[in-house]
Amino acid sequence: MEILEFVQTNWLEILQMTLEHIELVGLAVGIAIITGVPFGIYISQRESLANLVLAVAGIIMTIPSIALFGIMIPIFSLINQGIGYLPAIVALILYSQLPIIRNTYIAIKNVDPNVRDAAIGMGMTTFQRLIKVELPLAFPVIMAGVRMAIVLTIGIGAIAAYIGAGGLGGYIARGISTSYAAMIQVGAISVSTLAISIDVLLGKFQKRFSSRESIKS
Amino acid sequence: MIEFQNATKVYESVDKSVTAVNNINFHVEPGEICVFLGPSGCGKTTLLRMVNRLIPITRGSIEVEGKNINSMDIIKLRRSIGYVIQHNGLFPNMTIEDNINVVPKMLGWDQNRMKKRCSELMEMMGLDPGQFQKRYPFELSGGQQQRIGIARALAADPPVMLMDEPFGALDPIIRDHLQNEFLRIQKEMKKTILFVSHDIDEAIKLGDKVAIFDTGELMQIGTPDEILSNPKNDFVRDFVGDDRALKRLTLLKVRDLMVLSDGFRKHRLNNEWHGQVISVNENLKTALSHLLSAPNGEVCVVDDHNKKLGVLCVSDFNLFTEVHPKDISIVR
Ligand SMILES: Nc1ncnc2c1ncn2[C@@H]1O[C@H](COP(=O)(O)OP(=O)(O)OP(=O)(O)O)[C@@H](O)[C@H]1O
Ligand SMILES: [Mg+2]
Repeated sequence: MEILEFVQTNWLEILQMTLEHIELVGLAVGIAIITGVPFGIYISQRESLANLVLAVAGIIMTIPSIALFGIMIPIFSLINQGIGYLPAIVALILYSQLPIIRNTYIAIKNVDPNVRDAAIGMGMTTFQRLIKVELPLAFPVIMAGVRMAIVLTIGIGAIAAYIGAGGLGGYIARGISTSYAAMIQVGAISVSTLAISIDVLLGKFQKRFSSRESIKS
Repeated sequence: MIEFQNATKVYESVDKSVTAVNNINFHVEPGEICVFLGPSGCGKTTLLRMVNRLIPITRGSIEVEGKNINSMDIIKLRRSIGYVIQHNGLFPNMTIEDNINVVPKMLGWDQNRMKKRCSELMEMMGLDPGQFQKRYPFELSGGQQQRIGIARALAADPPVMLMDEPFGALDPIIRDHLQNEFLRIQKEMKKTILFVSHDIDEAIKLGDKVAIFDTGELMQIGTPDEILSNPKNDFVRDFVGDDRALKRLTLLKVRDLMVLSDGFRKHRLNNEWHGQVISVNENLKTALSHLLSAPNGEVCVVDDHNKKLGVLCVSDFNLFTEVHPKDISIVR
């Protein structure tokens, strides 16, 4: 019941921190999409590069998040940003890259070679082929990657609070250091609720698109 | 006009090189259908795709309408050549209408013109535009998809068409129907067409010329009649089959035999004919089949107005080997 009390007295703060969390994740994944999708497309045209990139991205994924944040601090100290929003965002972008790059790469690679052939043979430029044929066909799989990245970043984003990124992780960090159980619990439950509800929402969105785009291919 | 000069393609891989097309020389006249025929892996698709530069040529040259393809802008070249891919390759994310409009759109046609052209092509292919144009490819049967593939290649009215087994993987009835439609359409369009097939009967039926390949080499090129009556070597003879004389029957009509056969005219014809009747425009294969099943070994030949012209019997086919479609067209 302590939890309910906590929520009752702090609901405005919880809401604010949730919004902060969403902002953090939104910005990180947004940037990851803008960089990851073109990068995924690029490596899908260069097989040798692709293996290297996917391997490196895979290694980044295996670094525990707390360690990655640790690595960020000395690097960003060089520009006087050792702790705070910036290193957290950069770490989150790195994490969300992998599912996005990998899914983009796989999706483009999996476009039916006959369809690609037809596009080239009919005189589409590489750009036209990507925009009109390959990306629309790859869209559902890329979306699945984005969805994965978002859920992943919501979880890792909670840990980013330790280097001062703000968001719901703040409750967990503060709660642990002050041994305030209700605060930890509210933080944890909020993060999970956020992750689950956004995942469900994205799932619906994805379904609506893929029923029109991918089932036929 | 399409001209191959010493056209050669060597696929290089790390450990070996494969000569898929070796020193090919021939040309195809404007308005002609040339069928590439040969066993699987003999290089038909490779040679076809060299024409629109999907596969870069290793040695030699290819000219389309008098211009070396390597000197042309690659995108322009491809947009001026209709391409029907093996397994149709329709864009699954686009409606039938959008699929057909791909090249016209890239060429900057206006909406009205595209709409008109699309309906026209779909009707030509025997598909009702109202019913089909808003559908997606997966909502069509295999045969319908293949027809859309052909319509799409024809959309911008290119003078040259490359068709890679466009009627493959279809049941014989639809296939036969589409072949007939295709010939009917080609009569008006007069496109220069390279057509890949591995079916000798299809090649005979559709080709003005047939080019037979084996492991990248051109074995023989000629009219279906030349190929069937004069196979140049053992490979061609084996490939066209021991029944090549029977296959030749489909190239000739009853009227062709009539023209050159004095014996035929001398056959007595009763006014009362109770036996089988056959049209003068029927091909000789069907005629022979009728004869073989006629009780007295004779059938009556009639013209389009059902007027009796004479009686045909098996011995008339003695003349058959001396009759060639080429000579007939002169007599006609
Ligand atoms: N990209 C490639 N790299 C290496 N060898 C190839 C490549 N593409 C085709 N080949 C080889 O070239 C030869 C000709 O292939 P091609 O696809 O032109 O045959 P085809 O006559 O069209 O056969 P099919 O009737 O089966 O379609 C084959 O031996 C094939 O293995
Ligand atoms: Mg082939």
